[in-house]
Amino acid sequence: MGKRQFAFLIMVIPAFALFFIFHTYPALQGIFYSFTDYKGYGTWDFVGFKNYLNVFKDDRALHAYGFTFQFAVVSTILVNIISLLLAIGLNGNVKFRKFLRATYFLPYILSVLIIGYIFKFIFTHMLPDLGNALNIEILSSNILGNPDLAWIGIVIVAVWQSVAFNTLLYLAGLSTIDQEVYEAADIDGAGNWAKFWRITFPLVAPFFTINMVVAMKNFLMAFDQIVALTGGGPGQATESISLLIYRGGFQGGEFAYQSANAVIYFIVIVAISVIQLRVLERREVK
Amino acid sequence: MVGNRINWKLTILLLLGTLFILFPLYLTITVAFKTPQEMTGNLLALPESWSFDNFIQAIEMTNFFGALGNSVFVTLVTVVLVLLTHSLVAYAIARNMHKKFYKFLYFYFISAMFIPFPIIMLPLVKQTSMWGMDNIIGLSILNAVMHLAFNVFIYVGFIKTIPKELEEAAIIDGATTWQVFWKVIFPLMKPMHATVAILTALAAWNDFMLPLVILSDSSQYTLPLVQYAFQGQFSTDYNLAFASYLMAILPMLIVYIFAQKWIIGGVMRGSIK
Repeated sequence: MGKRQFAFLIMVIPAFALFFIFHTYPALQGIFYSFTDYKGYGTWDFVGFKNYLNVFKDDRALHAYGFTFQFAVVSTILVNIISLLLAIGLNGNVKFRKFLRATYFLPYILSVLIIGYIFKFIFTHMLPDLGNALNIEILSSNILGNPDLAWIGIVIVAVWQSVAFNTLLYLAGLSTIDQEVYEAADIDGAGNWAKFWRITFPLVAPFFTINMVVAMKNFLMAFDQIVALTGGGPGQATESISLLIYRGGFQGGEFAYQSANAVIYFIVIVAISVIQLRVLERREVK
Repeated sequence: MVGNRINWKLTILLLLGTLFILFPLYLTITVAFKTPQEMTGNLLALPESWSFDNFIQAIEMTNFFGALGNSVFVTLVTVVLVLLTHSLVAYAIARNMHKKFYKFLYFYFISAMFIPFPIIMLPLVKQTSMWGMDNIIGLSILNAVMHLAFNVFIYVGFIKTIPKELEEAAIIDGATTWQVFWKVIFPLMKPMHATVAILTALAAWNDFMLPLVILSDSSQYTLPLVQYAFQGQFSTDYNLAFASYLMAILPMLIVYIFAQKWIIGGVMRGSIK
């Protein structure tokens, strides 16, 4: 081996070692324990696929998956619609562009947890007060306390925060479009609607794909907002998969069982991302 | 250009939209300065006096400066670790992608982007507490590990655009691989360093889940974790809570106000990649 090759090897070994010890090794352990009845302490035995089968029979787990999907799908769609519109607006001939861009990006730099606490106050105190004062029925009760509506509050906070980053990605995408294309369309007499669907959208399609995949993945892993807003409640109405694994694993002595749940969760996330990429990329080519 | 006329309708619409962003911040600031008695009145009104009592009380109660110190420590150590090690790994990978081993390493690292944290969480927590890493130093090392996937991805993409001729010239002049990296490549990567530093710093500063499961001693808590830990006491006193929230987001807010152009530019550069 040449000196140069040896140097390259030395460059990767520390990171590789750290990554293996603190990422791959725990992941393998998690997979290993998912086939046991380990509680997080004491002795354990192999139980085969029992934990996996139990996850599918566990109402609490199934509910967590249902809630997380519902939340993630709705949030992903809303975030992408709002971000794309905002980005197109910010890309237009507007005054105060720098101020506007800086303001819309602001939520990205704030802690999700703290934003959650601030919105919790808005949902539990401000909006009901406002609803009572103005006699608006919908606002007069705390939506976070309603098992059927609490998820909407979480969607609002998630969207409020995530629009910032996705808008920036779309702005980056829009900046890659050559203005001459629009001039040509103007000469052909294309309207704004036609310009959007025929030019803008196809040209930002790769960014749309990335945004959809990344947003969906992030929302499927939602944790901070939920801890701050509802703590998974009322009851377990808004318990996400991450929160369930955290609770069951650390507080419920379900180390092995939640490890199995985490493996399923991992497979689901990879499967959804791959499907999204396939579908969206196929559409891009058209 | 399509014409340089300012679209005022759009401008006004976008300005109105910023109210959605700014209102929660306005609320945070005003509530932080109010007294519990004022809370029964108009919630949107400005506080009657701008007294810092809530802040002083919150500082004492939550040990604010301790938490601030922890957050700054974790963020700085994470960023330094990430800049030094991830750029190095990415360089070795980017220049050897034609070799099976490095190609495997590349995909091995970036596949971690799709591994949800909970799958490693339970064993990782056991492991770190056993090895005495349940503190801010351990947290910083783990942060660097968790960011490896994304950083290698954007660093490798960037290094591929640096022409090899520059290195070859240096090698002919007798530079070793290490000298080539530190003297030629590392300085050339400056724009990507900025992007990586910004994204990593924001993530480390605002992170909640990893500190929550890793840190065992409350004297090591970071700012977000402190807000979580004091929820019990805060639930009875919103003014105190909001003073504490405001102080927790203020450092990043100040940095953002002065460096927003730079931060936005850095994040955008990472996304075009």
